Amino acid sequence: MMDNFKKLGWLIGIFALLTACADKNSPNYQYMPNMYQPVGYETYEEVDFLPEGTEAQKPVENTIMRGWMPYGIENTPEGKEQARLLSSPLVANDSLTIAENEANGSQLYTIYCAICHGDKGNGQGYLVEREKILGVPSYDDAARNITVGTAFHTMEYGLNSMGSYASQMNTKEMWQVSQYVMKLKSEL
Amino acid sequence: MKKTPCRIHISKVLSVSLFIFLLLSASVFSQEEVVSDEAATQVANTDQAANVAEVAAADIEGDPVAGKQIFNQNCAACHALNRKMTGPALANVQTRLQDEQGLGKEWLYKWIKNSPGFIASGDAYANQIYNEFNQAAMTAFPTLTNEDIDNVLAYTAAPPKAPAQAADAAVAAGGSGGSGSGISNELILGALVLVFGLLVVMLFLVNNTLKRIAAANGIVVEREKAEKRMPIWKAFANNQFLVLVSVVLLLLGGAYFAYGWMMQIGVDQGYAPIQPIHYSHRIHAGENKIECKYCHSSARVSKHSGIPSLNVCMNCHKSIYQVSEETLTEGKQEYGVDYNKEIKKLYAAVGWDEQNQKYTGESQPVEWIRIHNLPDFAYFNHSQHHIVGGIQCQECHGPVEEMEIMYQYSSLTMGWCINCHRETEVKVEGNAYYEKIHEELQKKYGVESFTAAQMGGIECGKCHY
Repeated sequence: MMDNFKKLGWLIGIFALLTACADKNSPNYQYMPNMYQPVGYETYEEVDFLPEGTEAQKPVENTIMRGWMPYGIENTPEGKEQARLLSSPLVANDSLTIAENEANGSQLYTIYCAICHGDKGNGQGYLVEREKILGVPSYDDAARNITVGTAFHTMEYGLNSMGSYASQMNTKEMWQVSQYVMKLKSEL
Repeated sequence: MKKTPCRIHISKVLSVSLFIFLLLSASVFSQEEVVSDEAATQVANTDQAANVAEVAAADIEGDPVAGKQIFNQNCAACHALNRKMTGPALANVQTRLQDEQGLGKEWLYKWIKNSPGFIASGDAYANQIYNEFNQAAMTAFPTLTNEDIDNVLAYTAAPPKAPAQAADAAVAAGGSGGSGSGISNELILGALVLVFGLLVVMLFLVNNTLKRIAAANGIVVEREKAEKRMPIWKAFANNQFLVLVSVVLLLLGGAYFAYGWMMQIGVDQGYAPIQPIHYSHRIHAGENKIECKYCHSSARVSKHSGIPSLNVCMNCHKSIYQVSEETLTEGKQEYGVDYNKEIKKLYAAVGWDEQNQKYTGESQPVEWIRIHNLPDFAYFNHSQHHIVGGIQCQECHGPVEEMEIMYQYSSLTMGWCINCHRETEVKVEGNAYYEKIHEELQKKYGVESFTAAQMGGIECGKCHY
């Protein structure tokens, strides 16, 4: 009888040894790593000889991306007043483009802005309701008197507690969101 | 034989027995809770008393309750009571201004209603404070009446006192609760081991007793006879047919398991590495309902879903410098993580000086560990699947909004890809991307809807090139 127990013990031990190799903190073995691992650098990969040790590099100073123009207005209160007078470069006469811009702006607004500014732009987003972030103004705030230009300016540079959204949207998308913000303001 | 997130199945068995034990030990827990609740109410009571005393002492007209509402709506984005943010801390701002600068309420009225104009008018202290705070222009609030401002001032004069004390008490309660549950878990496990041990001992005892009874009744357990019989393994070895059959069965069984084991090589399902900063998708995407694409914004427009750069974290965490009490206790008790320390790690990495509310410029890259890896010879594009195809993130990544620690939900094998391409009907309605091919395929196959496979989604060159 004791023999059976010992055998059972051995079996369990061997099973435990086999299954113990499954560690969810480390990746599994691969058959042919040199076919799986890329030869080129992967996005954000650690590369020891490059500046900051990473594949992701900032654009070289004083250069810009092809097809992209710098905003050109400075991040100062005076710059903001300049931006107030800007009109959206997207505004076209045909209503189809306007509708398309607004539809796209609405989608982007839902992703990036609505969480604080609220779906209607009244400053009552979900994070504000939960009191995680406070003091989000409504778009129809008379003192701020936002225009399509200041909306873009604020997205480009951020303002006080709000960060810049230029890393998440491109220039066209930010203008589309600005246009949608003005639509929300008119509906408030 | 697949690797799944729950690899050690014995844990399931244990959890069932744990549940039974928890049923028994529930009364102990509930008592602890009552005690900590009482402590909390006591703290709250003393808080209230302190507040009342404060209001009486300060002698400031205005309604602090209405003031709080106005403050949260208009001021809290840049000002906190006891903490420097974009603007200065505002606790007791009126008395402080009176004592330190000799400036009265009129100065505050002017400042709040039109601070840019006030600065431009050349007021000395207005300019001083403007320059002290990096020339961050405060929005003018011409719509606020003097009465509103009085209310806000009343609120700032009676700030909720001793938040640190309350926090300490809560942390202490949480800490003891945490260690308490840890001990009780060990106790439960110990009790389980004890019960199993007792069972084994009882079996032996029963066996012995039975033998003794048998001996007393004069029944001889037939040992000798058994020893005379041919041992079973010898009988087995002599029967060649049996040996053959069992060898074949063993080989087949072995092949089955070997195949299963070899098939899981290179599959990382359930891979959940420990990340340098404990980021909880449960809290961000689940509780706070932040859109996936808020952080993974390049999933909209590119192959890669994107790891958010730290400025995206700071969009919220510039204001959110600590988690709520409940979240903190929950994190400590259930996951063993101090979320506030994780936020500090973010600040250290991005180079945010909390005291001065400024970036120091000394940043450190965060070495996130990539979980979802496709082999180099397979091409996958996020925007094609999510934006064009309308596939939700969760369909491949699983219930991310419930994951405290992110893990690979799907196997990401070729079979898995192909299966989905065969089964999923392409969402062609109102999708400009598919208009032309939809028309052509309608003619060719005479079908209204089709799968990705019918559209050529399982051709080798679609993913391997």
